[in-house]
Amino acid sequence: MSSSDTTDHPLTIRDLNVAYRRKVVLWDATADFPAGKLAAIVGPNGAGKSTLIKAAMDLIPSVSGSVSFWGKTYQNMRHRVAYVPQRESVDWDFPVNAREVVAMGLYRKVGWFRPVRKAQREQAQAALERVGLGDFGDRQISQLSGGQQQRVFLARALVQQADLYLMDEPFASVDAATEQAIVQVLHDLKEQGKSVVCVHHDLDTIRDFFDHALLLNMRVVAQGDIDTVMTRENLAIAYGGKHHLLDRVAREIREEELQR
Amino acid sequence: MIPWRLIIFCLGFWFLGLGFAHAAESHLLPSSADIWRVVSLQDYNTRIVFIGTALFGAVGGMVGTFLLLRKRSLMSDTISHATLPGIGIAFIVGELFLGYGKSLPWLMFGAAVTGLAGMGMVLAIRKLSKIKDDAALAIVLSVFFGFGIALVTMVQQMPTGNAAGLEGFIYGKAASMTVSDGWLIFSAALVAGLVCYFFYKEFKVLCFDASFAASQGWPVLLLDVALLVLITVVTVIGLQAVGLLLVVAMMIIPPAAARFWTERLDRTLLIAMGIGFISGLLGVFISALYPRLPAGAIIVLVAAALFFLSMVLGGARGMWFRYHEHHELSRRVRRQHLLRSIYEWLEVHGKRTDLLDDEFTLDDIRQYRTWTPGELEGGLQRALQHGFLGEDHPGRYHLTGKGARDALRVVRNHRLWELFLIQYADIAPGRVDRDADAVEHILEPDILQELEELLEDEDTRKRIPLSPHRLNGAVHGGAA
Repeated sequence: MSSSDTTDHPLTIRDLNVAYRRKVVLWDATADFPAGKLAAIVGPNGAGKSTLIKAAMDLIPSVSGSVSFWGKTYQNMRHRVAYVPQRESVDWDFPVNAREVVAMGLYRKVGWFRPVRKAQREQAQAALERVGLGDFGDRQISQLSGGQQQRVFLARALVQQADLYLMDEPFASVDAATEQAIVQVLHDLKEQGKSVVCVHHDLDTIRDFFDHALLLNMRVVAQGDIDTVMTRENLAIAYGGKHHLLDRVAREIREEELQR
Repeated sequence: MIPWRLIIFCLGFWFLGLGFAHAAESHLLPSSADIWRVVSLQDYNTRIVFIGTALFGAVGGMVGTFLLLRKRSLMSDTISHATLPGIGIAFIVGELFLGYGKSLPWLMFGAAVTGLAGMGMVLAIRKLSKIKDDAALAIVLSVFFGFGIALVTMVQQMPTGNAAGLEGFIYGKAASMTVSDGWLIFSAALVAGLVCYFFYKEFKVLCFDASFAASQGWPVLLLDVALLVLITVVTVIGLQAVGLLLVVAMMIIPPAAARFWTERLDRTLLIAMGIGFISGLLGVFISALYPRLPAGAIIVLVAAALFFLSMVLGGARGMWFRYHEHHELSRRVRRQHLLRSIYEWLEVHGKRTDLLDDEFTLDDIRQYRTWTPGELEGGLQRALQHGFLGEDHPGRYHLTGKGARDALRVVRNHRLWELFLIQYADIAPGRVDRDADAVEHILEPDILQELEELLEDEDTRKRIPLSPHRLNGAVHGGAA
């Protein structure tokens, strides 16, 4: 796991510290995301999950530490990374349709000053079909449901044909159809040997969707294979008193029942 | 279909005409000779003012579209106020050292410099301190403007200052535009147009999702600065036409109005340019007829009038459009309710084998579901008018061929849709925004087939009452 050679690891983070003004939100985060895995970043609210992937992409400044993508800097490897931001991060009342948003994933390939052409629009349409929105290409984006908007963002990442996908809470408050579509896409990506790092906060579904996890609460609590990470002890550490207390109450009730 | 939109339009113009006629009687209006002189552009000077102001209106709407979508509307107000000290400084420096303080390009250069300085200061305050955006904008705006007013007052006390007319930049002085000013506006507009054309895609992704753009490696800060520099350039050429107090209106009102007409960015840009262009043209036209009215204010008022017109009549999200859409939908839904109720009543109570022969009364149907007062009566009358129902004996109605066909389709689609909601409760909510009336266009063929089999299935019939599939011949008498 902790081999010194990380060039085959899509994302490696070493001692990353991030602070907003004086408040530190990430302490010495060290993480390795191996290739070809569906990895989840889990932890309570305010644990720094989104911060971790944003800082990895230099979207917010870090205080110290290093991040490497396949052993190189993000600037050098950007073309192999696709990012799915949180749905709430944009104003959906914007005068574009779904296909145009997806085509934005190709702007870098199109290059400065050149317009989007038919070939790119067709790629965008194909990506929309992959997430089950083939009929919705011409829809203005505010006329899509929340789940459909989330799938548009996913399609925008798919169209980039990247090797690493960084997703920020794609499953947050989506309908069942969207959840199925995203799960299908995750499976396809895994089959193609791509890597996924996904911020997730639903502990119930995490084992169904992912095979690798990073448990975070301002510092890294545990990481590795999903079954070794998602243990009662680790969760108690990450989620603190609340889970701890619940566990103790449950144990006491059980013991009382046994004594009777 | 009554062309309400057209009628409202005509009524509006009629009222305007009445107003003008009244004004003409009381000699408030210019003579027809005056109007002809202005319209035919006989004055060479008027021509320049027309072209210059309209061009400014068009590029103002263009760059304003991006500014509005980037949610930085007030930035243009701050930049325009920050141009005033630049004008004062440029005049003083020009008079004292260069000997040509009154040259417009020189004054505009000064305006652009402090305009950019003001913009830089807002960005710096935002980055370096905890002060919020709106406060930073207000601070920079008032400080720069105050400094500018002090400088302009100083200039007026200079020996040559009185004639400088610097205060004209505050309220605008379109009428004093010269040929060289016109060329200046033209070249600035050309540059702005080219930049927007080439940066179209870059500005689009910046305005929609800046953090995604950054993750893709687009230089977001640089693009933001480029946009704001563009805003500054357009502001500076607008100083003469509408004055620095009102420049912001010509950047924000046209795109805000354009949003009522379209849901596409390219069209928003074009419509905003058009509205800006027409505002400039019409504003100058009106103020040329009434030389005592300030052109800048009139231009903005024309733009505001176009804004309200768009808000009411806009084809994409105007009030009229929304009202109409809602009205149409509820009328269709009510007709479907009526037909479905009739069909389902006939299914249970129909005596004969053919749907068309069975008669029913208002009261039969009334029991069938909850109607709002007048809904059933009105709906029945409309259905009669449109040929869905026939009335052979007074008060006794029957379905026509057209009505029966429609009723059958409505009931079938409704039942399929209900079944779909029951059978596929997990994925259905993702599709309920689609029109239930077009069930076969929404559902995949295999799901549709499965549902149709279910519809004929005995067990299901207990949950969903009765299944029609033939118009002629026996209707299933399931309830018997």
